[in-house]
Order: sequence, then structure tokens, then C-alpha cells
Amino acid sequence: MSEPLLELSDLHVKFPTPSGAIHAVRGLDLTVHAGEVVGIVGESGSGKSVSMLSVLGLHGPAAEVSGSVTFRGRELIGAPASELRHLRGGRIGMIFQDPMTSLNPALTVGRQLSEAVIVHQKGSKRAAGERAIDLLDMVSMPNPTARLRSYPHELSGGMRQRVMIAMAMANDPDLLIADEPTTALDVTTQAQILDVLGRIRSERNLAIAIITHDLGVVAGIADTVNVMYAGRIVERGAVEDVFYRHEHPYTSGLLACLPRLDSRSELLPIGGAPPALDALPLGCAFQDRCRHVTSACTEADVQLAPVGATESACVNAPIAVGVR
Amino acid sequence: MARYVLKRLAIAPLLLIGIVTIAFLISRLIPADPLVSIVGERNMGNPTVVAAAEQQWGLDKSLPAQYATYMGNLAQGDFGTSFRTKSSVWDDLTERLPATAELTLAALLFGVVAGIGLGVVAAVKRDRAPDHVARLFALTGSSIPVFWLGLILLFVFYARLGWLPGPGRLPPRTDPPAHMTGLYTIDSLAAGNFSLFWECSKRLIMPAFVLGWGLTGIVSRLIRASMLDELYADYVRTARAKGLTERSVMIRHVLRNALMPTITIVGLSFGALLTGAVLTETIFSWNGIGSYAVEATRTLDYPAINGVCILGGAIFILTSLATDVLYAVADPKIRLS
Amino acid sequence: MTAALEVVTVSLAPTRHPFARALRRPQFAIGMAVLAFWILVIVTVSWWAPYGPLEETGARLQSPNGSHWLGTDTLGRDVLTRTLYGARYSLPTAAAVIGLTVLIGSLLGALAGFRGGWIDTVIMRSSDVVLAFPPILLAMAVAAALGPGLRNTVLALIVVWWPIYARLLRGQVISIRHREHIEAAVSVGVPKRRILRRHILPLATTPVLINATMDFGQVVLLTASLSFLGLGAVPPTPEWGVLIDEGSRNFYQWWIALAPGVAILSVVLAFNFLGDSLRDLFDPRGR
Repeated sequence: MSEPLLELSDLHVKFPTPSGAIHAVRGLDLTVHAGEVVGIVGESGSGKSVSMLSVLGLHGPAAEVSGSVTFRGRELIGAPASELRHLRGGRIGMIFQDPMTSLNPALTVGRQLSEAVIVHQKGSKRAAGERAIDLLDMVSMPNPTARLRSYPHELSGGMRQRVMIAMAMANDPDLLIADEPTTALDVTTQAQILDVLGRIRSERNLAIAIITHDLGVVAGIADTVNVMYAGRIVERGAVEDVFYRHEHPYTSGLLACLPRLDSRSELLPIGGAPPALDALPLGCAFQDRCRHVTSACTEADVQLAPVGATESACVNAPIAVGVR
Repeated sequence: MARYVLKRLAIAPLLLIGIVTIAFLISRLIPADPLVSIVGERNMGNPTVVAAAEQQWGLDKSLPAQYATYMGNLAQGDFGTSFRTKSSVWDDLTERLPATAELTLAALLFGVVAGIGLGVVAAVKRDRAPDHVARLFALTGSSIPVFWLGLILLFVFYARLGWLPGPGRLPPRTDPPAHMTGLYTIDSLAAGNFSLFWECSKRLIMPAFVLGWGLTGIVSRLIRASMLDELYADYVRTARAKGLTERSVMIRHVLRNALMPTITIVGLSFGALLTGAVLTETIFSWNGIGSYAVEATRTLDYPAINGVCILGGAIFILTSLATDVLYAVADPKIRLS
Repeated sequence: MTAALEVVTVSLAPTRHPFARALRRPQFAIGMAVLAFWILVIVTVSWWAPYGPLEETGARLQSPNGSHWLGTDTLGRDVLTRTLYGARYSLPTAAAVIGLTVLIGSLLGALAGFRGGWIDTVIMRSSDVVLAFPPILLAMAVAAALGPGLRNTVLALIVVWWPIYARLLRGQVISIRHREHIEAAVSVGVPKRRILRRHILPLATTPVLINATMDFGQVVLLTASLSFLGLGAVPPTPEWGVLIDEGSRNFYQWWIALAPGVAILSVVLAFNFLGDSLRDLFDPRGR
């Protein structure tokens, strides 16, 4: 396969607190190729957002990041601020979960869009304004010229998220990182936004790293899926393989939680709660909630390894975890 | 928004009437006999002079009658005649208003600019040394007696070091510039008289600092708090994700949102500024409304006391209103409702 | 919330009691120390001061020296002694003003908030009008009308200050009144006065306490300002404002005005620190 666009190797992210360090990301490996859509799924606190924030260095000053993050071969961890700024909004765009709070309430949409353009491209304000209209067109915003003068609070959730996408695409990036882009939206709007993302992706051969806890989102748009738990990837593979031929008990638990229209069985939540990230047990982090747990699970760290159709971090895989 | 403004405008006259009535009542509480200051001690024994004065100043009528005359006069803009200066209170006030305006504006400028600067520093360097220094500076400004500070500064910078001129708006034996606004700094600039402009500005430095330091305290605390509120907001992260420099993020996004509540506070601090102005003008021999008020209360000149109270109240009400309107304009969520 | 913050808050152990946190801050310690100092001075100064506050030694306008650490004034009185005695006037006066203002203002405010109707309107409009005056002008006018002397100063300041507490209490009462446990008490038939006293007022005291602490310093400043202008305490009372006024008349004898100003500054700063600490105590989320 071609050179990866983005590569995370052995990424660790720690947050120091008065009661000990919180190890939010514990040795993550991830690659994204040009034009590929990579999904990252997991529950709250699994470290999915934190890991992708490391790419652009958007944690606060307190975070301790180690390992390697390379973009087109250039190492980003420890890179000078000017280089990161060059990438942010330039070659790599990022959109966030809540478009209402992610947009500046005091500035018009046009101002915020133009700003994204002006930071990276030379040119007049007017040129930036015209580009802003083009961008709004790209995300299928109705009546783009009028929208330039609107304030964020005047737009619906879906429209705001389109603005966010337009801002992130302002300089034609190679990679778009989408952190829970549809979580704050209702189902119909979700579908629209995913449509927009899908369209942009194919029009521009855009690579997307999409973070979500919603497996349905991933099913629609991703090529590969990474399932995260307690700061690590526990299963990885092509989207079909992860859905139908997964090996890790956590993945099967997640899929079992999904309500389905075609069957009338009960919802099966995964019992228990994720472990505290400053007090992890030895061995597999899922051991306390796993139905298939054995003594081998508690002895040592479990690494991701190819098992069947997917890569899985389970010592007991392959288990007949059941396919639905 | 128009409805909001109109509602506020409608209440204003009622408040004014309230102020005016209270001022009247207070001035009638004065136990000392105002006649003494009118006719002088010597003439108190002379019944003709006393009677003539009583009649002239309307002091022989009953209280309700006096109130009626008073309100009637006020409606025509007649604030009465000062017992002390013997000229119309209205004339006295309008003559001295520019001096207070000049001082207050200079203090406002200093207070707001320094306050914003200190507040930004304190927010960005939160909990580190610059933050603590800035907060201590701000706190001291709100705690220091204005009249004492003026004295100390005068002593150090005028009496001992000679770096700054002494009290007063103008150098000795100098005429004010041709009257345009009444603010000597602006008028002398307009007249092209740069040396006079410089002299008047130098004389403005200490009083403006003394008066403005308290405001610096209020503004910097507010800016710091507002900025901290905004610093961790999501849109700040978005701004960084766009590739903006930290400075652009701070100024174009964080500060902009943090400034809005500041407008309100600045408007509301007018009362505090006026308070300080009274004391500052006294120390620095600044011929404004503040020192006029002090003279009036010292000599129990109740038309003047009345006049000052009413004017002060009116200014207060107007600045509150202006502040509210300004805030409504600045916040797009209110403006468009 | 950023993802990082989410991770952190989900995993943190519960924090320690806010009391300990607030009290350990240097602000609180400094404030209490200064306050303790002045209270000590007020109570004990007559036992150990080298001179009396009105005692006129023969040495006039002496700059600081061995026998008069802060020098003497025009009548040969020891400046240090007078400054220390000044606390006996400035501080209790402020305490009286704050105490009475809080009492009167709170009563009126609680009444307005609880009863509503025309009582509310009358009280609120009156407070609006009073608040429409620049405070010092009103204080000056009332003080001038009543005549000199600290007792009249107290009255003048009460007139100026009561609306602040009236509004504060009214706001508190109104917001607390609608809380569920009050509605529960009403529905069970608890008489209104009892509700006010036993349920509402205790909850309303916190902001009043914080406000009163911060206001204490402002009242000291205003009292001194009035005295400075000749409208408050009367010479030879060594109230701090009076002392500074004396100092201004002897401009080149800087020692006369210096100490009382420092004294005022120390008291106001102390109360500001205490007020800040109290505020942090009750709102740990604040900065």
C-alpha cells in the first residue's frame, strides 16, 4: 500500500493531576492513507479524542505526549509551534463535536470563514470573502451569500456544523479530523452531514479520521475501523470485517448494544464501567467486564495482533463470540 | 431593542423627579441658618437686611410653597442662585463641567487601557508571578484613599523631585486657550498651541492616575475573570485548529468576547469615578464640579448643593442608560432580538 | 468540554474540604493578621502608648526622631499615637454603619421580596432613587444637613448604603422563595413569618456576609473622605480622615499625613482579602 499520510506510533498521552497521572492514551498505533476514511470508536473516556488532538497539538500545556506522530513523514511531536500552525487549518483540518460552542458567538460566519482562509493564503479580504461563499457552496449551504452575515446563534445545528466543515476545508487539506461531528445533532441532520462529508471525500480524495461512539456512523462512511478501550486500540480492521467477523469481546459487546430494527431482542449493555485511568489493572483493561476472562488475561499487557479477518488485542481470540 | 431603550428612557424622568425631591428635602434639613451665609454675620442684627434677604431668597414661605416654587423654577431650568458665588447655579455648573469632564475622561482612558492590559496579562499568566503582581496592583487601587494618594504623589513628584507640576489646571499667570470644548488639552491642540497643550497635559497626569487607578482595579479583575471564562471555551480551540497564532487567538477571539461585560462595568463605575473626582479635584485644585460641591457643602450653600445633586444624579442616570444601550449594541444576541 | 478535560474529571478522586483550602491561602492569613492587629490596638493602645492622643508636648512639627517615631503635628501631638488611636474611631464607625445598614436594608429587602405588591414597589422605587445619586454627593449633602460629628456621619452613610442590602436581600428572598423546600413548607401550613425566619433567611446570609466584608473597607474609605472634607469627625478627634486633612494643611511635613493613609490602606486591603477568601470559600468554582 502507498505511504501513509498520517502515522501514529506508540502514542502515549498523560495528564498530571494532584492524585497521580492519568494515562489517557497508552501506546496507540494508527495509520491513515490518502483518501482513506478511518473510523475510531469507543465510549467516553476511551481516549479517542485525546489521541487525535495530539496530531495538531491541541491539548493544553499540561499534557505529556510521547511517541511519534508523523504527517507525510514529518514528525509532529515536539515540532516547533510555527510548523504546527502551518498544518492547522492548512494541510490538516479539524472539526469538533458541538458546533454551537465551537464557533465564536460574537463574529459572523463570514468573518470566521474568511479568517480561516486569510491565515493560510495571501490575498485580499474580498478574495477571502468570495472563497467563503465557494466553501459554503461546497457544503451545500442554502443561500450562502446571506449566510455570510449571520451569527452562529441564528443558524440551526446542522448549518453550524456545515460551517465548521467549510472552515476546516478552507485551504483544501489532505486530511480532515472529525471529532464526534454528528453527536450533537439529531438523526436526520446526522445523515445530511455524513452525506456532505462523503461527497467532499470523493470529490477531493480527502482522507478523514472520524471519531465517534456511534457505530452506525462508522458503518456508513468508514473504510477501516479502530475500536478503542481504555486508551488502547483493541480491535482493528476493514469495516465489514469488524462488524461481522470481529474477535474482541468488547467489540461484540458494543455491537450488541446497538438497537436494531430487524430483530426484537433485548438491548444488552456491557456490565460495569470503564476502569479509572490512573488505576489500571495489570493485563487486559477489559478483564473486569469480560465474559470470557481467563487467568491469561491478567498476567501481562495484551498487544494488537492479527487474528482471523481483523487485528485484535485479546489473548483468547479467536473465540466464538457470535455473529449477529 | 428599540422597545428596551424606550422603556429605560421612560423611567428616567421619574427618577429625576425623585432625585430632585430628595435633594430639596435634604437641603431643608440644614439646621444652620442659611441667612448667615447670605447676609453675613454682621448684618444678622439688622432686621431690614434680614427681611429683604428672606424675601429675595424665598425663605419666608412655608415648606410646600417653597417646594412648588422650587419645582416650578427647575422646570424652567432655573437652579437658583448660589449663596456663595452669588451667580446662577446653572452658570456655575456649566462653567465648571468641562474641567470635571476632562479629568474624568482622562481617568477613564487610563483606567480602561491599563485595566485591560493588566487583565490580559493576569489571565494569560494565570497563577504565576505576573498574575499576582497585576492583581495586587489592581486591589491596591481599589483600597487606597484617593485624597491621600494625591497628597503623596504631589509631595514626591512635585515637592521633592520636581518632575511634575503642582496642583491646578494651568501654569501660573497663564490664560486658558480659546474656548471650544472647555477641555484645555483639546482646546489648546485645536488652537495649535502645543506648549500650552503640553503644560495642561502634564497637569492632568497625576490627577488622572489617582482617579483612574481604582478603575484599573475593577476593569482588570473583570477582564481577567472574563478571559478565564473564555480561555477554555470550545471556539478558542477551533481558532487554534485554524492555525492562528496564540496572540491572534487571545486578542481576536478571547478578548473580544471578554470585553462585553466590561462595557457594563465601566458604565456602572461612573458613580465611583464621580466620588473620586470630588476628592481628586479638591487635592489638585481642579476647578470642576467636585470642588464646587465641596465648597457648597462647607458653606451650606443649598441651592448649589441642590444643583450638584441633581446634576450628579442626572449624569448617573444618563450614563446607566448609555451603558445599557451600548451593551445591547455590542452583544449580537441582544441586538437582533 | 475538551476531551482531555473529560478524561481528567471522570478519573479524579474527590477533592478536600473547601474550608481548608480557603483558609490556607495567604490572602486570608494576611487579612486576619491585619484585622487582629487593629483590634488589638483598639483595645489596648491606652495601656502602652507613649503619649496621649490629645497631649500637646512642646515639640511642634518635629520630623520623625527617637522620641516621636512618626514626628509631631502643629500642636506638638505625637503622630504615631494619634494614628493608633484613630482606629478607635474609624473602625467602630464603619462597623456601626455596616451593622445597621445590613439590618435595616435586609429587613426592608426581605419584606419587599417576601410580601411583594405595593410594599415591594415602594421600597424598590425608593432604593432606585437613592441609588441614582452618586454616593459621595448624597453622603456629603446629608452630612452637611445633619451637621458635623461621627454620629451624623453614621446616619448619612446608612442613608446612602441601605439600598444595596435591600436589593441584595430582596433578590435572594425571591430566588429562594421559589425553591421546592419552601413550597413544601408552605403547603404543610407553616406560617409565613416562620418560613421567612427559619428557612429563607439562613440561606440568604452568605452573599450578605461576603458583601458586608468587602463593603467594610469602602465604608472606612468613605468615612475618612467625609472627615477629610470637614463633614465627618471633627478635630481634635484623631479619626484617620481628619489626620490626613491636618496633613494636607502642612504639606511639607509629610509625616503627618503618611501614617493615617497607610493605616486606612491596610484596613481596606485586609477586608478586601478577607472578602475574596470568603467568596472563594463559598464558590470554589471561582478563580
